[in-house]
Amino acid sequence: MANRKMLTLAVNDTVRNVDVATNETLLETLRRVGAVEVKCGCEKGDCGACAVLLDGMAVDSCLTLTHTVGARAITTIKGLGNAEAPHPIQTAFAERGAAQCGYCTPGMIIATQSMLNNDTDTPDEADIRQALSGNLCRCTGYTKIYDAVLESAKVMRDTAAAGEMESVK
Amino acid sequence: MNKLDSAATGEHNVNFRQIGKARTRTDSPGKVFGKTPYAGDYVMPDMLHARVLRAKVPSARMTRLDVSKARALPGVAAVLTFKDLKIGTVATDIPGQTGFKRRATDQQILVDELVRYQGEPIAIVAAETVEIAQHALSLIEVDLEPVPGVYNVFDAQKPDAPKVFGTDNLVASYKVRKGDVEVGFAAADVIVENTFTTQYIEHAFLEPEVGLGWEDEQGVINIRSSTQAVETFRYIADAMGLPHSKVRIRGALVGGGFGGKCDVTVELYIALLTKATGRPVRLGYSREDSFYGHGKRHPFIINHKTGFTRDGKITASKIDITSESGPYAFMSPYVLMYATEAGPGPYLVDHVHIDSRSIATNNMYTSAFRGFGATQACIAYEQQMDEAAKVLGIDRIELRRRNLLKTGDAIATGFKVQSAVWTEECMDRAMAALGEKPKDKGAIRYGHGLAAYQQGYGRMIWLHDTAEGWVGVEMDGTVLVRSGMTDIGAGQTSSLAQIAGELLGIDMMDITVYNSDSSTTPLAGTSSASRGLYMSGNAVRLAAEAVRDRLAARAAKHFGSTADDVDFANAQVFLKSDPRQTMPFKELVAVCASEGIHRAELAIFRAPFGDWIDPETGQGQVHPDYTYGAHAVQVAVDTETGEVTILKSIGAHDIGQAVNMAAVEGQIEGGVAQGHGYALSEELIYKDGYLVTPSLSEYLCPTSMDSPRIECIVLESRSGLGPFGAKGIGEPGHTPAAPAVANAVADAIGTRVFDFPLTPEKIANAVRKARKAG
Ligand code: FES
Ligand code: FES
Repeated sequence: MANRKMLTLAVNDTVRNVDVATNETLLETLRRVGAVEVKCGCEKGDCGACAVLLDGMAVDSCLTLTHTVGARAITTIKGLGNAEAPHPIQTAFAERGAAQCGYCTPGMIIATQSMLNNDTDTPDEADIRQALSGNLCRCTGYTKIYDAVLESAKVMRDTAAAGEMESVK
Repeated sequence: MNKLDSAATGEHNVNFRQIGKARTRTDSPGKVFGKTPYAGDYVMPDMLHARVLRAKVPSARMTRLDVSKARALPGVAAVLTFKDLKIGTVATDIPGQTGFKRRATDQQILVDELVRYQGEPIAIVAAETVEIAQHALSLIEVDLEPVPGVYNVFDAQKPDAPKVFGTDNLVASYKVRKGDVEVGFAAADVIVENTFTTQYIEHAFLEPEVGLGWEDEQGVINIRSSTQAVETFRYIADAMGLPHSKVRIRGALVGGGFGGKCDVTVELYIALLTKATGRPVRLGYSREDSFYGHGKRHPFIINHKTGFTRDGKITASKIDITSESGPYAFMSPYVLMYATEAGPGPYLVDHVHIDSRSIATNNMYTSAFRGFGATQACIAYEQQMDEAAKVLGIDRIELRRRNLLKTGDAIATGFKVQSAVWTEECMDRAMAALGEKPKDKGAIRYGHGLAAYQQGYGRMIWLHDTAEGWVGVEMDGTVLVRSGMTDIGAGQTSSLAQIAGELLGIDMMDITVYNSDSSTTPLAGTSSASRGLYMSGNAVRLAAEAVRDRLAARAAKHFGSTADDVDFANAQVFLKSDPRQTMPFKELVAVCASEGIHRAELAIFRAPFGDWIDPETGQGQVHPDYTYGAHAVQVAVDTETGEVTILKSIGAHDIGQAVNMAAVEGQIEGGVAQGHGYALSEELIYKDGYLVTPSLSEYLCPTSMDSPRIECIVLESRSGLGPFGAKGIGEPGHTPAAPAVANAVADAIGTRVFDFPLTPEKIANAVRKARKAG
């Protein structure tokens, strides 16, 4: 029997106390506590469906042991936005038809956010292909995903620029 | 281009308000906000977790099976083996609504005596946790004594081969005899003969098979699962000796199917364990389970012998087709039928002779995969056309142009195509979009390739296909659609909302669709065979039209007009002749409600019904109709490493009429990416029946790094049998992509690899060999 630990996890701004086995993966923990928007496609790091942000950086939750997360903020797509306050990436994925079966979508959106957070906010198609290379999609052929990512990056840049203008004024 | 005078063009060729536009799908918001529950997201109080024990060897006799230790493990609720089953077999036939099944298509549910493929289920376990269930599997004692198996279709056809299926390993065979092929060959100036082979392919839907079952207060076994076919309830009931009314399958939005979730997967195990324990049972496959646990795409060997006149007219086509079925029939006979019918491709050939067979082996069993055998046929006939063009010294596109079928021409089975055949237009548009071929640079060679196709949509007509659909209006004017159709990610439910919305003048986003419940939504058949929109779209259209007609009659009374003059748009009812005369839809509905006017309709749509084709000649009608188009590809090949980069990929298809243009493009783009993988990287490798690629790091689906932007050219002839003249597009987008890649690679390197997939090793070897010979 694996050892157990009591941990405090910050999932989408909600702090939870969870009792986890030391060999439990973050994917298992998240789904166990109800964050089933995080999907499981392989449990081996091959598909990216389970990606979440840890302090803004995408990781495969199936390859992350929960007890190693520490105080880092865990964000799933539910933490990015919702119908009332959609995140631009979510809006673009919906409007561009980038989600077909939608099973890869949580991971794709998280990987997109991670690229825009950490790598570049002016991605071209080559950047996008690189940034999403760990996320398999079997339905879309990726074309509409590229469109959605390009569009959301632009929307986010425009919003940021407008915000700066606002603060200058 | 063909002149059209199909009935579908006149009646519905109006200015649509929603149909045909690229709209956000009704299922999109739930998916991007993480709110859509998939089948694996459901849990129930007191739920058990199931696991499946699979045979580790492909061909063996089970001499001992002892589950006593597993049963004794604390936390184990049930361990079932073949001894615990009332009925040992389940039908593997099309899980449809035909009410009959073919002979010899049953499969043992759990291994009784013989193991016939690696991964065949031996026992199923339900326990308090997944870990306990897994532990229980390790406590089951099984002795498997190897028996000689057969692992390729050549050996399997030898008289002394081990018998896997029947007395001769022959699962199905067909013939087509059109004209007189000897006369055709005698008239030929040139005869071209080649053999093409294709590999085992995995669906690799992102969501592995999963389901949750429970018994309800009426004693009905309910199963919520990830499936393309809620009609499997009949098979499960039959396999358990229950009345059909006592099994209910409720789907969820499905995380991809591509044909791999048409057969029964987890559902039967869940049902058996639910019945045995009286508790809810969840069974979710791991990715590895998924590799071992569902039927694959058939490998094919296809030989083409084609006669041509010097100026490129086909005089005769002799085709020999062999597919590998694995040890059980599943859909292999139907898949073979598709491949046979599609044999000569979208070309007019007067003299056709086809022999085809599906052969059993102890490799993994095979079943439905997007394209259903017509894909493999296309890989062969389109490579053959390019090879013939080379021999004849005629341009590849021109050679095709000289032979293309037109509306009214007879295909291989003698059936005369009634809808538009815009293959030529599609070819020309796709090639034009490719542009100029770049100049070769050192070891990098550029190539262009094209493939045209013909793909049937809808079920084979002797299956007497029907679909039901229900449309109703609530008292407050909101609209509901009920359809048994499963939604496997192509936007199936959204398209039904769009169709009902178009006809009732309500925005699709305001329409609620209930789908894929075998007990409470009208049965509509599988989401497969490019039949979802064709069949259910028509059923919902008929239902919506009936409701609309009754509402229009009441509105006419209100306006003092005729019902023909009443139109519906933007949640308003108005007169076409005088659009200032309006009434809110809601108000009209309230009036109808108070007067007891029926605001709902259950409609049935029947596809054309027919008989089997003639077994001796293969002549007759197979499909209701066909989709036509072409795909063009530009590649760069590194002739030293054999590495292929796809630079441009363009699908041009006549889809009749788009319902949601974004969804149409999505079907084409996704199908194309699967075609890229089919041609270049994907292969389930079986060594003497053992799978050596059981993970997504060994089985290589295209990633974003492999995938260029895919371009779609969508033509609308409005000549199809679907709603508003639509044709099927779920499979057709995929069909020509792989052979187009193969033709582009051959164009780049000046020689051909006849054996799929075109791996870097095979390409580099072919280049070396050609250089030596040249
Ligand atoms: S489930 Fe984590 S990468 Fe596939
Ligand atoms: S939308 Fe189905 S896997 Fe990406």
